[in-house]
Amino acid sequence: MGILEFISSNIQMIYLVILMIFVGIELISHVPSVLHTPLMSGANAIHGVVIIGAIIVMGQAEGSLSLILGFIAVILGTLNVVGGFVVTDRMLEMFKKKNNGAYISRNLFNIFSDIHIGIEDAF
Amino acid sequence: MTFILGLKMLSKPDTARNGNLIAAAGMVLAIFATIFLYKDSEGNHLHNLIWIFLALAIGTVIGWIMAKRVQMTAMPQMVSFFNGMGGACAAIISIIEYNHLNHVLATTTMTPEMSASYQGKILIILAGLIIGTVSFSGSIIAYGKLEGKIGDFSIKGQQVVNIGLLLAILVSSVLFYLGVINGTFWFYIILLVSVMYGVLFVFPIGGADMPVVISLLNSFTGVAAACGGFLYNNYVMLIGGILVGSAGTILTVSMCKAMNRSLLNVLVGNFGGGTAAASTGSTAGGSTKEITKSDAAILMKYAKKVVIVPGYGLAVAQAQHTCHELETILEESGVEVKYAIHPVAGRMPGHMNVLLAESNVSYDKLIEMEDINPEFATTDVVLVVGANDVVNPAAKTDPSSPIFGMPILEVENAKNVIVMKRSMKAGYAGIDNALFYQPKTYMLFGDAKDTLVKLVNEVKSL
Repeated sequence: MGILEFISSNIQMIYLVILMIFVGIELISHVPSVLHTPLMSGANAIHGVVIIGAIIVMGQAEGSLSLILGFIAVILGTLNVVGGFVVTDRMLEMFKKKNNGAYISRNLFNIFSDIHIGIEDAF
Repeated sequence: MTFILGLKMLSKPDTARNGNLIAAAGMVLAIFATIFLYKDSEGNHLHNLIWIFLALAIGTVIGWIMAKRVQMTAMPQMVSFFNGMGGACAAIISIIEYNHLNHVLATTTMTPEMSASYQGKILIILAGLIIGTVSFSGSIIAYGKLEGKIGDFSIKGQQVVNIGLLLAILVSSVLFYLGVINGTFWFYIILLVSVMYGVLFVFPIGGADMPVVISLLNSFTGVAAACGGFLYNNYVMLIGGILVGSAGTILTVSMCKAMNRSLLNVLVGNFGGGTAAASTGSTAGGSTKEITKSDAAILMKYAKKVVIVPGYGLAVAQAQHTCHELETILEESGVEVKYAIHPVAGRMPGHMNVLLAESNVSYDKLIEMEDINPEFATTDVVLVVGANDVVNPAAKTDPSSPIFGMPILEVENAKNVIVMKRSMKAGYAGIDNALFYQPKTYMLFGDAKDTLVKLVNEVKSL
């Protein structure tokens, strides 16, 4: 019972989940293996969105325990986001130095714009 | 929902060329939108802002410094480390939310309606907790192993223990969800078992399988983040998390395929243990020939076509610049030089491309496996720099070999093979390489960088 009610009350989000799964699959199948490392790193940075949850938790925290835990969670989440993006940026920077690196950065650009398109589609 | 603001910004990539920066900017926007615009069901803004900003600042500084200072060769473990941080973050959120839920439960009486949403929440919290925790502990172990701080380790009956732990997690979660077992105590038991599973799951996995594991854990963290999205009805988290979850899973599966191993095999942590047993059984035997640096130099200088096969040894020795130098000198004397890149060369797919790109090797010289394999027959000299398993012919010929079926670079078709290695030690799969004993193979022992520098000098002086 619980599960069914939960699903019906969140049906929109579940559609979104299914849509996003396909967007994710679409993205990867277009990427040459050369780009897997930057892509993995970029994806790593993106799932740092978990930090938003940490911020919400912390913003609503009342007891000191949840405040401390939230504090740690926000720090860890920030590490994930900042570290992930800086590392990815460093990788891309290296590709960009060379003339023919344009191929790679263009590809990576496409990946991300695909993601954005996917997000736009979702709304 | 006010996060749509952040999302709107996220979806406008027109002007900027660097998608990464856009994604980062989108993230920053989403964070600030959350901080300033988020309202709970009673319309209250978030408080504790000072603490939030302090935590953000600390995280930013540490993350920035770590990411900037890390060597290019250490990238995979860095990614793994940051991934672990994300997993930990998700797990902590689950813990706090559980405590919060308990608190609410204790102070209010349940209506049937609330009970339903409570059960849904418990489910999500549990999923977020387990996945986040496994991802955290697993990533940290992967980080430690890639750093060389933790060795391969497997106990007897490891697979049984792993499966047992996994079952224990699943069963206790189901029981917990159904309310058969309850209370904070069991919640933390599940947390503890998840940590153990994460540790034991990554422990026995050999270096060759590491990229797969990191990619898998990466997608785990994505799913954990998506759980958070459900919890807070937050679309940004949901989209980001699921996107990474599905993309990561597909990436993982395609990597497994490249290495001819089933995902289940990797999941149970089978590979490392199985290999250890096999490696003692099958030693290729025979004798190897060494070659002096000057002979190697002569061989390459007067060759028509040289293919360099870079491996992890090149990355460890930071020899990519010297390698490029050798390439330039050889090209000046009219030798055609190419690089053969195996899909899993190094520690992650594309790792070698990143490294060689760093030392300005031109992109069209990096040839992928399928395209270079037919070319080996017309190649005079193959120079293997710190690679082993990816050129092991056993993958094609020996069905009992643990890497049997894995696509390899068919360097044995070339006229001469020079293998540059530190020692005769086996590669990461832990198996002997028959290639080294073939009559046309010459060994050149030593640190990849030192040896390459000397080779460059030898070629110059010819």
